[in-house]
Amino acid sequence: MTGAAWLLRRLVASVAIIFAVVTFVFILIHLAPGKPCGQVGGGEYVDRAACDQLVKQFGLDKSIPEQYWRYLFALAHGNLGYSFSLHRPVQDAVADTIPFTLQLAGAALLLDFVLGLGLGIYQAVRVNRLPDIVIGNVTLFIYSLPTFWLALLLLLIFGEKLRWFPVGGPNDLILCPVVDSLYCVGDRLWHLVLPAATLGLVGAAGTARFQRAAMLEVATQDFVRTARAKGLPERRVVLRHELRNALLSFITRLGLAFPFLLTGAVLIETIYAWPGMGRLAFDAILSRDYPVVTATALIASVVVVAGNLLADILLGVADPRLRVRADTDLVLTA
Amino acid sequence: MTLGTWLALFVALVLAAEAVRALRRRGLRSERWRRFFRQRTTSWGLGILTFLVLAALAAPVIAPFDPNRQLDILHLTNRPPSWTFLLGTDLLSRDVWSRVVYGARVSLGIGALGALMAVSLGTLVGAVAGYYQRWIETILMRGVDVGLALPRIFILLMAVALWDGLPFPALVITIGLTSWFGTSRLVRAEVLSLRQRDFVAAARALGADDGRVIFRHVLPNAAAPIIVSAALGVGNVLLLEASLSFLGIGIKPPGASWGNMIADGAPSIYTAPWSTLFPGLAISLVVMSLNAVADGVRDALDPREDAA
Repeated sequence: MTGAAWLLRRLVASVAIIFAVVTFVFILIHLAPGKPCGQVGGGEYVDRAACDQLVKQFGLDKSIPEQYWRYLFALAHGNLGYSFSLHRPVQDAVADTIPFTLQLAGAALLLDFVLGLGLGIYQAVRVNRLPDIVIGNVTLFIYSLPTFWLALLLLLIFGEKLRWFPVGGPNDLILCPVVDSLYCVGDRLWHLVLPAATLGLVGAAGTARFQRAAMLEVATQDFVRTARAKGLPERRVVLRHELRNALLSFITRLGLAFPFLLTGAVLIETIYAWPGMGRLAFDAILSRDYPVVTATALIASVVVVAGNLLADILLGVADPRLRVRADTDLVLTA
Repeated sequence: MTLGTWLALFVALVLAAEAVRALRRRGLRSERWRRFFRQRTTSWGLGILTFLVLAALAAPVIAPFDPNRQLDILHLTNRPPSWTFLLGTDLLSRDVWSRVVYGARVSLGIGALGALMAVSLGTLVGAVAGYYQRWIETILMRGVDVGLALPRIFILLMAVALWDGLPFPALVITIGLTSWFGTSRLVRAEVLSLRQRDFVAAARALGADDGRVIFRHVLPNAAAPIIVSAALGVGNVLLLEASLSFLGIGIKPPGASWGNMIADGAPSIYTAPWSTLFPGLAISLVVMSLNAVADGVRDALDPREDAA
């Protein structure tokens, strides 16, 4: 099978997966007991007549297959629906949150990879010596921290005790309702430090552990020994021969990390009052805002699938050995 | 803390340390066990896990107070750690140490049960898919693809938030049902290569049926990835439960789980950080120990080192 055919097959499979995810989420949320207007904010009942009217207006009194059909029909036209709880089109609500999520995920990813790769490579070079052991124990501990607890811890230390960073929100509420000046860009970065550090540190610890193992695995292979035997300087052996090959498996990790930052950020966004997609989804679930929930699930699954696909494509570009195997399914699961 | 509880705590610590030491000594005899204990963190992890399991089992002896009793809502709220209240008291004047000890039952229980369920399911699906191949494999593994693309935390939030007041077993089942996809992929890949081996052909030639071949011959040889994913799975499930409880939709108060203790403590974190810090530390310790043990298992069962 040629590369183009493989890509086409993967694309079709990806669309099918996303379709299945949306269907699953749609069924799950519509099977759940309760109506979107039955209980708001836990307990107070909205006026019965108003509720009935809303149910009728949004077609929630129709059978589930019919609602599903209508939903797909709208989706095919690029229409994500209308949010019950926010009283605005879902597109707009999601579009508002995406920049915040991307900023948070981008900053966290940067910290994750720069710090994680650096530590992992350093550990591999100093393997089984004091720096490796110390860093190894520290990364093992950080990797095991619950992110929401680390978030609280950082808030307590750097937000409350030392007062170095703001304790929440995306920017200064008085000066910067919308970021439009240089001061406000700096202010946004200032507010980004703690949430990004929370996600980034835990990710970096994982990346470091992963990268160390990958480097050590490569280090036992013949071409590395050959490079050393040729008398290449150690620096060149590590950077050119070991690192370049160890980065191959890192590509897969990259594809997996991004979706985690989107969905794993639910708790972080809630704690730091960061108006991103995770928080939007969480609030929507609590208020039974079906269109928003399905829309966020759709986006999340698109990102997961796209991340995997991108990683596989990059891997094929970077590693000629995989191109030969592309006719089998192996590359998908490797 | 009374003398009895101190004594019980001491006994649990000594028992845990001795158990690990005994295992280490016994382990010196075999190559695999030696590799398992090669890193010091593995011994520590095993010791910490043993201690916490002992503490959870002996909770009534080790915890000085009833975990849900509000000791004195007027005078004993948010007390800092002291000899009477080892880890302080929370906003409702409950003893944090007692709640951590009793919470271990809930948190470790959910972690173990949820992971057991996820790993069994993942192993079964992976083994069936890898062994039978053809259309069975296609259906199962496409299903797994979908499962891996599901935003798991959303699904759990939905399941738990929408079906309000999910009982404990349902919570475990929900978490277990959404956590097995990764394991099934690992097991399938392992089974795919194992089923080509001669000993499988030999077993089949001797007339063993499929069930016997899978469970007696193939799966025991795929033990390494299964055990590792079980160890990591317990930590993952524990973290998931903690996240859900932290959001207020997991274990219902007043019952103590480490997650909802953090949630209870969070509003008063600036004035009484101990009621938030210690349950989080307990979670971190357990997950860290499990990761360390998983590293050890990986070293011990690494086929490349067996050959060497």
